[in-house]
Amino acid sequence: MLAHDQDSLKRTPLYDLHVSLGGKMVPFAGYDMPVQYPAGVLKEHLHTRASAGLFDVSHMGQLRLLPKSGKVEDAARALERLVPQDIVAIAPGRQRYAQFTNADGGILDDLMVANFGDHLFLVVNAACKAEDEAHLRANLSGDCVIESLADRALIALQGPKAEAALAKLCAAAPAMKFMDAGPQEVAGIKCFVSRSGYTGEDGFEISVPAADAERLAKTLLENPDVLPIGLGARDSLRLEAGLCLYGHDIDTATTPVEAALEWSVQKSRRSGGARAGGFPGAEKILAHFDNGASRRRVGLRAEGRAPVREGALLFANDAGGEPIGQVTSGGFGPSLNAPVAMGYVPTNLSALGTKLFAEVRGQRLPLTVAAMPFVKNTYKR
Amino acid sequence: MTTTLYTSDHEWLAIDGDIATVGITDYAQQQLGDVVFVELPKVGRTLKKAEAAAVVESVKAASDVYAPVTGEVLETNAELVAEPALVNSDAQGKAWFFKIKIADKSELGGLMDEAAYKAHTA
Repeated sequence: MLAHDQDSLKRTPLYDLHVSLGGKMVPFAGYDMPVQYPAGVLKEHLHTRASAGLFDVSHMGQLRLLPKSGKVEDAARALERLVPQDIVAIAPGRQRYAQFTNADGGILDDLMVANFGDHLFLVVNAACKAEDEAHLRANLSGDCVIESLADRALIALQGPKAEAALAKLCAAAPAMKFMDAGPQEVAGIKCFVSRSGYTGEDGFEISVPAADAERLAKTLLENPDVLPIGLGARDSLRLEAGLCLYGHDIDTATTPVEAALEWSVQKSRRSGGARAGGFPGAEKILAHFDNGASRRRVGLRAEGRAPVREGALLFANDAGGEPIGQVTSGGFGPSLNAPVAMGYVPTNLSALGTKLFAEVRGQRLPLTVAAMPFVKNTYKR
Repeated sequence: MTTTLYTSDHEWLAIDGDIATVGITDYAQQQLGDVVFVELPKVGRTLKKAEAAAVVESVKAASDVYAPVTGEVLETNAELVAEPALVNSDAQGKAWFFKIKIADKSELGGLMDEAAYKAHTA
């Protein structure tokens, strides 16, 4: 076991609850977080797909952008200077996936942006939140007041029974559609609720004041359909859903096009669009849109049972030759009962069905480029 | 008469004459979590003490299993390859990994008995 200095790690408002539930605590992005509970990663994963799982994602950063003009459109226009997404078009009560890009067209972080009517609400990755906040302050302070919501926890409720579980505490939940987001009362607590998540399942993410977080989590866990789920299953669920993990599948050296995230960049920001370009790295990213990129993130399925993990080198042939790419996330998919991975390969080897090989412990294991998500998502559109 | 000894890397060896049956301990499987894949050495391979001999993978991570003694692999557990979860349900029984012909019994001197292993993992 890795020794770690518990004292230097931050705790979320649900730390005591994790410990009381038997969570195995590990350091993650500067926080002491539960990697699993006594049920174990496999059962937690399968329970989320069959019923409902509760995840503490309070380590993530929550921020809001308050337009100095009072008009949310001005905050949206300002944020468009930092992301290649159409933020202006996000309707009140709606949320969208976005990326902060750098001058080289790489990705500084990925995030969710919601329009709360008079301001924008952002959720960013834990490991990037300090840099993201500084980036926002450095670039948007002229137009927006940037407020870090450090006094809020974030709870994800995911799975086919998430809607019924949340409906008991929030009558408005069932009417929400995928990517709806806004203030809602949950168990009488003033929360922000979005119908979204990181598992491929239908579900919700609930931003709750830190002081009320444990009470809300305990109330949700009173429902026998809801089990607490650790970071281990969170990772295997998002991998099966084909979703990127920042710092692994996307980073400052990958453009949104290379990362196969074209779907997240609306036409209005692409060449010929109403507000084309105007974000960091636009020249390179738009060139990738117009002319293609030389490599691409793809899904990979193995023929055997051996998991192919992050860092494994990819080859075009079963012997000899130089590596053509690398696995960026990989492991065992409990719902598929088979190994799954994603990685970057040359675009000419990225077509579905392409046969490749991964080097694992000195052996070349056969892989096939496969469609993602690996497990069909069940979003309520 | 079988004697069971333990390594500091959490392998167990059930020793019967000059043959040792090797697996990972119940403590080790608890640390690993749900085992989904096991790779065993080829029968006939000669392993050196402390050499990586087998691999056990959970949903989360891959771990090596080291040869606790030098010797030739005599037999491997095909049932375990087909059902890796046996490691979680019966680590020190049905989930044995391989049998090895002990080349040098003096190597057993550095291993722990059950009481010493319990103290090691306490």
